Amino acid sequence: MTTATSKQLAAAIELRALTIGYKTSRKETKTVASNLNATLRAGELVCLLGPNGAGKSTLMRTMAGMQKPLEGAVELGGVNIHDLPARELAKQLSVVLTERVSIGAMTSYALVALGRYPHTNWAGTLNDKDHEIIQWALQTTGASEFANRDVGELSDGERQRVMVARALAQEPQLMILDEITAFLDLPRRVEIMQMLRDLARTTNRAILLSTHDLDLALRSADVIWLLLKGGAMQVGVPEELVLNGAFAKAFAGEGIEFNSQLGAFRIAQANQRDIVVNGEGDAALWTKRALERQGFRVITQETPGANSVNVLPDGAGWQLITLQANTHCASLTELLACLKRTN
Amino acid sequence: MTETTLAAQLPHNFSPSTIARPKTNHAVWYALLVVLIVIAFLAEVTIGAVRIPLAAIWQLFTGGQVEKETWSNILFAFRFPRAVNALFSGAALGACGLLLQTLFRNPLADPFVLGVMHGSRLGVALLVVVSGLAGNAFLYKYGIVGDVGIALASALGSTLVLLLLAALAKRVSTVTLLIVGLMLGYLCVGLISVLLHFIDETQAQAFGSWDDGSFAGATRQQLSILLPGIIIGVALASVLVKPLNALLLGENYAQSLGLNVTRVKRLGFIATGVLAGVVTAYCGPIAFLGIVAAHLGRGLFRTSDHRVLMPGVLLLGGLLGLLCDLITHLPWSRHFLHLNAVNGLIGAPLVLWALLDRKRGIRFE
Repeated sequence: MTTATSKQLAAAIELRALTIGYKTSRKETKTVASNLNATLRAGELVCLLGPNGAGKSTLMRTMAGMQKPLEGAVELGGVNIHDLPARELAKQLSVVLTERVSIGAMTSYALVALGRYPHTNWAGTLNDKDHEIIQWALQTTGASEFANRDVGELSDGERQRVMVARALAQEPQLMILDEITAFLDLPRRVEIMQMLRDLARTTNRAILLSTHDLDLALRSADVIWLLLKGGAMQVGVPEELVLNGAFAKAFAGEGIEFNSQLGAFRIAQANQRDIVVNGEGDAALWTKRALERQGFRVITQETPGANSVNVLPDGAGWQLITLQANTHCASLTELLACLKRTN
Repeated sequence: MTETTLAAQLPHNFSPSTIARPKTNHAVWYALLVVLIVIAFLAEVTIGAVRIPLAAIWQLFTGGQVEKETWSNILFAFRFPRAVNALFSGAALGACGLLLQTLFRNPLADPFVLGVMHGSRLGVALLVVVSGLAGNAFLYKYGIVGDVGIALASALGSTLVLLLLAALAKRVSTVTLLIVGLMLGYLCVGLISVLLHFIDETQAQAFGSWDDGSFAGATRQQLSILLPGIIIGVALASVLVKPLNALLLGENYAQSLGLNVTRVKRLGFIATGVLAGVVTAYCGPIAFLGIVAAHLGRGLFRTSDHRVLMPGVLLLGGLLGLLCDLITHLPWSRHFLHLNAVNGLIGAPLVLWALLDRKRGIRFE
């Protein structure tokens, strides 16, 4: 497997001091993000995260060659992609966009076959090799079942698989996927992410996926690019970005707080009251969550003036200790009701 | 840049045989359409106010003698040119319908519906007025130069309307585009009326008789310009089949596949402009043939692939042209049917169905 390892180290695409943005008028330009440096390697699934308005779309469009950078370069194997002829670029890089494709009278197979566009002759004739690659792309993305069904008849999840298969049939080094898990239900989102991870590994291609789904991105991505408001980008292994507080910072002031223990966001609330929770196991964990949702700040150390909850072992219930009284509660519902009364 | 070939990466457990390649039985349909065209063509030259037996037609084409001398005149001066015109112009309009529907991503696009033909008429009206002011009678004095001039003016008019539509159509919905086309059409009709005020009555009458769509009016000399014009337009459209397929995905995807979208669209509009232009120049505005041929094509071949559809709509358009013209020229006791009346009776319900049927008709975004 030495060849595979050396391939995995090869950079698929590199951002070099990239400044992105757009022209607002003839002379004025609006810079969205500047001096971005990052590397995307073959075999990696990279998730691009960031709050709305941070410039995810602009970055994706610039990397896909659909928009020129203001400064710097996007390099693919050492070549600036914006210098490549469109057809050459299409052989190196493919995209799945958020826009919905609505075509009547076209099978999934025919749609995936369009991915062969940059490789075929003027008439678009498909040879045996093309057919083999189309079939391979359909199978790899788990879309072979509905290969001969009309695209219009597919469910959202099935259609996204076909769209990824089309991008794969283009045989690119890099696939850029723009929010393809949006509009899908949770099981479908998990399936697609799993498929993309496997795809990156088994085909040794780089995949860049922009998403709003932090939870899934944290679990699935090899690397996360976190685009911050104001134009900086944090790059790292998901866990690293959690530990160094980059997530918390990125979404600060958005009305939500990143909880680094849960790896998830919760709604930020002002005027929180402290509460002590003593206990262990699942019961303690879910008690904390319930209390946090009710607007408490859960602390572990006894503090004067703060109420405390003892989670009793073996499902014996909860003990609420306040300055006034010592109450036993049989259920979480009861506990929360008691807390409300002590307000 | 390191080239990684996919063949080497195909997983070992991959078995392409599990996915059937789509079957293609298009050849059967092509053959059937060709047979129907031959039958319709023969019916065109035999049936009419005067019935000419097939045997006599065979005799006439092989240089033999027939019972009635008038038959020769009827066949060579009227029916044969008319049938050839109907076949080729119908095919051209079918290609126009398909091209426009893909270029505008609008299943209701058609050179008549979008007012493109009125652009052609405006071009011709302008030429008539300019030449009228210069002291020449419409259509009669020019000979070959005049015929070429009409074709060019007509093609220019239709192409200009198309480019205007394309510029306006950037951000409009399916139905809005139709309304924009309708309005552009009215604008052209209004301008034509104003222009006709500047020429004398005989010229205006000549324009008026040309103005009603018909395959019967073209002279043999005009056919010798019409046919090459259509062949050039169809050749250009045929070269575009692959890029047109990519355009089905939308402009962003097409661009990501390496397509020069602006250039392909421009070429597509030029091909449509030439086809709609030359047909309108010698046949007048022919209604609905394009949209009907394109929809029938998609229904028959069950695909949006232009490599299959382009030959399909050419054959279907030619067949429809022949059939509509045949209905017009059946030996009716009173001659009251106009070609556009027949086309309207077939085309308008189809457009209405496409607009109103929520399930199988057109889905609007």
